[in-house]
Amino acid sequence: MSTQPSQPAALFSPALAARFDQFVTLYPVKRSALVPMLLYAQDETGYLSDAVIAEVAERVGVSELEVRNVISYYSLLRTRPAGKFHVQVCTNISCMLRGGNEILEHCKKKLGVPNKGVTSDGVFSLEEVECIGACSWAPAAQVNYDFHENLTPESIDRVLADYRGRAGK
Amino acid sequence: MATLSTHPDCVPVVSYRFGKGATSIDRYLELEGYEATRKALTLGPDGIINEMKASNLRGRGGAGFPTGLKWSFVPKQSAKPKYVLVNGDESEPGTCKDRLIFEHDPHSVIEGTIIAGLSVQAKMGFIYLRGEYRYLLEITEKAVAQAYAKGFLGKNIFGSGIDFDIVTQTGAGAYEVGEESALMESLEGKRGIPRIRPPFPAVVGLYGGPTIINNAETIATVPHIFRMGGAEYAKLGTERNGGTRLFCLSGHIERPGVYELPMGYNLRKMIYEVGGGIPNGKKLKAVVPGGASTPALTADEIDIGMDFDQVGKAGSMLGSGGVVVLDETTCMVEFALRTMKFYAHESCGWCIPCREGTDWLKKSLTRIHEGGGVDKDIVNIRYLAENMLGRTFCPLGDAAAMPTIAFVQKFRKEFEDHLEGRGCPYRRVREPEPALV
Repeated sequence: MSTQPSQPAALFSPALAARFDQFVTLYPVKRSALVPMLLYAQDETGYLSDAVIAEVAERVGVSELEVRNVISYYSLLRTRPAGKFHVQVCTNISCMLRGGNEILEHCKKKLGVPNKGVTSDGVFSLEEVECIGACSWAPAAQVNYDFHENLTPESIDRVLADYRGRAGK
Repeated sequence: MATLSTHPDCVPVVSYRFGKGATSIDRYLELEGYEATRKALTLGPDGIINEMKASNLRGRGGAGFPTGLKWSFVPKQSAKPKYVLVNGDESEPGTCKDRLIFEHDPHSVIEGTIIAGLSVQAKMGFIYLRGEYRYLLEITEKAVAQAYAKGFLGKNIFGSGIDFDIVTQTGAGAYEVGEESALMESLEGKRGIPRIRPPFPAVVGLYGGPTIINNAETIATVPHIFRMGGAEYAKLGTERNGGTRLFCLSGHIERPGVYELPMGYNLRKMIYEVGGGIPNGKKLKAVVPGGASTPALTADEIDIGMDFDQVGKAGSMLGSGGVVVLDETTCMVEFALRTMKFYAHESCGWCIPCREGTDWLKKSLTRIHEGGGVDKDIVNIRYLAENMLGRTFCPLGDAAAMPTIAFVQKFRKEFEDHLEGRGCPYRRVREPEPALV
């Protein structure tokens, strides 16, 4: 990445840059904007690259090291690209009791990737995740931010096919 | 997308506006919306806290601390600004109730935040949702904007001369941030490492100012207390356990779902009548009564009322309202292991007993489950877990240790059945895991 941290327009869309300008004014201290800013930056750019980290650090007024410390703590934040559709299968207790492990194993086979793997075409990535708050509608998965609940191997196939169909768009 | 489940025994208080289009402020106003705030404005800080105390509302996050009492700890005079912090970082396994609140009735959270602010003369509130709940943040952001447009937030709210602002945001994936002091750290843009207490947040909290921190369900209940009257709300529940709560039924149960039931509702009835019992004619083996951190109850321990005191007397905790039902086909070692994998993953690593304890417990449970365990592993698991209790900055260490002790104590034979190379006698889905080296 050769993008210079001093050129925010190259990193973020004008809308996101404007949003970040506002973020830092919302709180008594600028640094409070850090966690949501990282998440929104990742949503737009795919992952937290060195350039993104440098830019965010500058915006909230902390060192890059401090930003990296924060990133390593939060499970949703990543410093490597994921698939366009990040499939997050919950196997925590409520999901486990209703077949969450079967859904995970099924996704591994269907996508041909292990846990935390990315498909070679970059369309899907797979991750086993902790409780996503869908316990009463288990087993469940999130694809990016969308919930898919009461899953069966057949229904997750349909879910994946639907995303696959949207991949080119 | 997430819908409330109902049963004739349900008492809709928090869920009173669910499914009625109340995300729109105009619809919310038709449903007695913001009347609670108007009433609270006439009562003033002391009046608000008295009403809260009369309601016998206890914190819905898990600890069950009386909410009115908690608010009364905030000092009247403070050199630093005071804050209200709403904990919507719902992540206790088995718990999915806050999702319904934000999805169906975000204005109740906004109202509760304003009323909490009025009780301590705070000028600013934060609503913090877990990162996975992005769609709920969007719903809540819209509701906040509507409240600003009506003059219910911002300068001179309701023409009262009082200013109050609300900022909404999400986290980015961390169970630990559901703990109040770690939540404050996260909101300050840091790793969610717990703070040592005292001082408690009511005295030194967010940005060093006195802070009210409550679970989202607690806050969403507040306007209903003012709508109904504290004493009326209290009457719905049991002694010292006012009102109703959202119970999340999950696991091996015929009708899983989130149901609003009175505090003290019988657990057996909850499972067999409200939830329709165990599917496929199977027998009940155990119930986790209040989220993953609460010690499991056996099938013959479920004739109890679901309130903080009665479940406590039965040796467990009411916790976050996540009732996880396990039938006779469940391997308790696998269940204990999955629970511990979670805590080992979520331990922030700050305190050694938690960081090392959860990891070693995970390793020992894996070894037993895979058939490599020996008698001494069972002894060691209890010894390790018991030595984690009370020795960490925050309750995560306890949350990992307490259920583990109960699993070993109550289901010891199942652990023994795995020993001496036998491994798991139950149906396996996952590939065997590398055993302890």
